[in-house]
Amino acid sequence: MTAGLLFFFVLAGVAVTGAVALIVARHPIHSALALIVVMVALAGLYLLQGADFIAAVQIIVYGGAIMVLFVFVIMLLNAGVEERTNLSRMARYVGLPLAIFLLLELVYWVGRAPAAAAVASPGPVETRALAKMLFNEFVFPFELTSLLILIAILGALVLAKRES
Amino acid sequence: MVPASYYLVLSTVLFGLGVIGFVLKRNIITIFMAIELMLNAVNLAFVTASRSLGQLQGQVFVFFVIVVAAAEAAVGLAIIILVARNRQTLNVEHLDLMKH
Repeated sequence: MTAGLLFFFVLAGVAVTGAVALIVARHPIHSALALIVVMVALAGLYLLQGADFIAAVQIIVYGGAIMVLFVFVIMLLNAGVEERTNLSRMARYVGLPLAIFLLLELVYWVGRAPAAAAVASPGPVETRALAKMLFNEFVFPFELTSLLILIAILGALVLAKRES
Repeated sequence: MVPASYYLVLSTVLFGLGVIGFVLKRNIITIFMAIELMLNAVNLAFVTASRSLGQLQGQVFVFFVIVVAAAEAAVGLAIIILVARNRQTLNVEHLDLMKH
């Protein structure tokens, strides 16, 4: 068991535990914290694969901006009421087992696929190479995303404004 | 070295858990968080594919997915605030104005 494999299993265990906690938690703030745990674990997995820039962006943007937005909205809306989960009988006895069976089957087939396991990544990816590709090949989508962010800001402002 | 299929299996499991959360939960904010979980699982698959194929396009795509998810979260949460203000509830079972 190399160090890389050990790190992978630890981080994967944390990620899956966080995802299960998101589903099982009754208060939405607990689900939000569980999702933050999942995102940090995924950032660790990106680091393990050598994607340094993506790991940093994941923590800064996803964990530091999007999840903070979620927590603020949960606080604003006072979403403190715990939801009572009475699953319908169909969901509990047919839906949930079928969903778990589908999950296990997908895991089986994905795990059996002859993925290119032999290609070992030669160390971390240089951010400069990523930036070169982003600003040369993908410059048009890049500019479009800046427009998208502007539209999102305008949309959020217009939607959340109180009618005065 | 960790084989790529391990990462893909983890991505599948996380995606499946996101789907289960999306279907089971009743609070609209929690449902939205399950969607974010699905997006994260797909990001993991993209980074894994980028590493195993030796191409950088996968990571560029992850960058775009994160940016679009941020914009979508902003607008989606604004919509949720509006809905909560108008209907005074966050339970999706009560948000059935278009039924009948």
